[in-house]
Order: sequence, then structure tokens, then C-alpha cells
Amino acid sequence: MAFTSIADFFAMGGYGFYVWLAYGISILSLIVLIINTMHKRKMVLKTVKQRIAREQRIKNASNMEGTL
Amino acid sequence: MWKWLHPYAKPERSYQLAGKLLPWFTVLTIITFLVGSVWGLVFAPADYQQGDSFRIIYIHVPAAMMAMVAYSSMAIAAFIALVWQIRMAEMTVAATAPVGAVFTFIALFTGAAWGKPMWGAWWVWDARLTSELILLFVYLGIIALYNAFSDKVLAGRAASILTLVGVINLPIIHYSVVWWNTLHQGATISKFEKPSMAPEMLWPLIIMIVAFGAFLGTLTLMRFRNEILARENHRPWVTALISDINMKKLTGEK
Repeated sequence: MAFTSIADFFAMGGYGFYVWLAYGISILSLIVLIINTMHKRKMVLKTVKQRIAREQRIKNASNMEGTL
Repeated sequence: MWKWLHPYAKPERSYQLAGKLLPWFTVLTIITFLVGSVWGLVFAPADYQQGDSFRIIYIHVPAAMMAMVAYSSMAIAAFIALVWQIRMAEMTVAATAPVGAVFTFIALFTGAAWGKPMWGAWWVWDARLTSELILLFVYLGIIALYNAFSDKVLAGRAASILTLVGVINLPIIHYSVVWWNTLHQGATISKFEKPSMAPEMLWPLIIMIVAFGAFLGTLTLMRFRNEILARENHRPWVTALISDINMKKLTGEK
């Protein structure tokens, strides 16, 4: 192990700010990308579901025609 | 002989194949990320010149490397898309571009955070940094162009052409540290020579390169699947797939 204590580890030999800034922003941008990708999937699935529901409604309505 | 490959140009088969590969890439990404970053941050010894600031290398180099790998694979896909008109290839270009853009941003940002303590400046207009910045703009251009057309056939073609034009930037980035006098240091790992790095520092770097590669694979597969669903959303197989997902949700089965 390159560090003797936890405080030592966070200090990164005086470069703590730069090292943690680099790691922090990198992980943050990777997480944003993951969330964006998962959100996109959800949106696509939603659109398809809405289309299926609409088609079903139209079908039901045409079946009911003339029954009023 | 290679005819077995042909069915994979069909969206449904591609979607299923991507779905089968996805868990493997995900697991590989998680394991290598954890091992690589803990090893690099905690166990690797400090550099004798740069101290602990050198630990930024474990994200900087893999991100920069994989940003170029992503671009190269996009260029191959774009070529296939333009020559053989395979729509799956266009979708690959569209799926990879955002991942490559994020990697390029990470490479630039970590480079700045490393440059400040080592060079005394967040940014210098040096050949390596400038060409990398151009790569980011090319990526953003491809993404913007693909999203600018509502007709996705046209969008795919335009994005593919721009991807091929941008290939000129790859050798410039790679050789920028050789061709020009730059502040940026030369390559640490090269195919032809022994790496100029101690093995206990090199191993975590290699693992992190694998991690970023696996991350690139995972996210590209996910986005590729999204792209297929979005563009095929009127096809019967997508309808069947959605009702299947709904059924599984209702019965609580995974």
C-alpha cells in the first residue's frame, strides 16, 4: 500500500484536489452517460407502448361502430 | 463461407445478439473498474517525479485511448454503412458517438487537472491538446448532425460521411507528440518498445484500459439496442417484444 493512513490517502501527497477533481468529474460524466442511456430506453419503450394502446383503442372503437 | 454473418444485419437478430453480449460486458466493466482503480489509487507506488498526481493517468490514458478506439470503430462502421448500405452500421455510428464524446471530454478534463500541478496551467494550445479538442468537436458535430434530421436514413448517411471526414484527425492526435514540440509527454506504452513504466504501475493501467474498453462496449450495446427499437418501432417484432416485457412485468418474472 502506498499510504499509511486514510488522511494520507485523501491528501494524495498534496495533490488531493487535482486527483479527486479528475476522478470525481470523470465518474460523474460516466454516470450521466449511463443515466441518459437508460432514460432513452425507457422513452423508446413508452412511445411504442403508447402506439400499441392507441391502435388497440382504434380497433375497439371500430368494433363498436353501429352498436349505440 | 461467411454467409452465417448475414442474418445479423437484420435488426431483430442484432438486437438479440446485443442483449446476449450485454451482461458479459457489464460484469467485465464492473470488475475491471473496481480492481483497476483501487490498485491504481491505493496500491501503486507514487511516481518519483510527479508524486501522487500521476494517479490521474489511470483515467486519463484509458479514456483518451478508448476515445480513439471508439472513433476508429465508428469510421469502419460508417464505411460499411456508406458502401453496403447496412442500416445496422449507421446505428452503430450513432450509438458509439456519445460514448466517444464523453471519453474525449474525460481525457481533456483529467488532462487539465493533471496539467495544472505539473505544468502550471490548466490549458495550453499545444498540438496534442488542440487536436484532442478538435476530436471532441467532431464527435459533437456527428451527434448534432444525426439528431438534426428527422429522416433517419438521411441522418445516418450524413453522420457517416462526417465520421469519415474526421478520420484525418486520428493520425494527427497520435503523432502530435512526435511531429511537434509539445508540452505533452510522449507515449508511455508502445507496441514496439518495452513500456517506460514500472510493472507495478503498469498493471493497473492495463486493467483500467480494459475497463474503459468494456465500458465502451457496454454503453455502445445499450445505445445500439435503443437505436434499433427507436427506428424499428412500427415493426411487428418490436410490438411482440414490448408485450412480452409487459407480460413479464405483470407476472413478476425477470
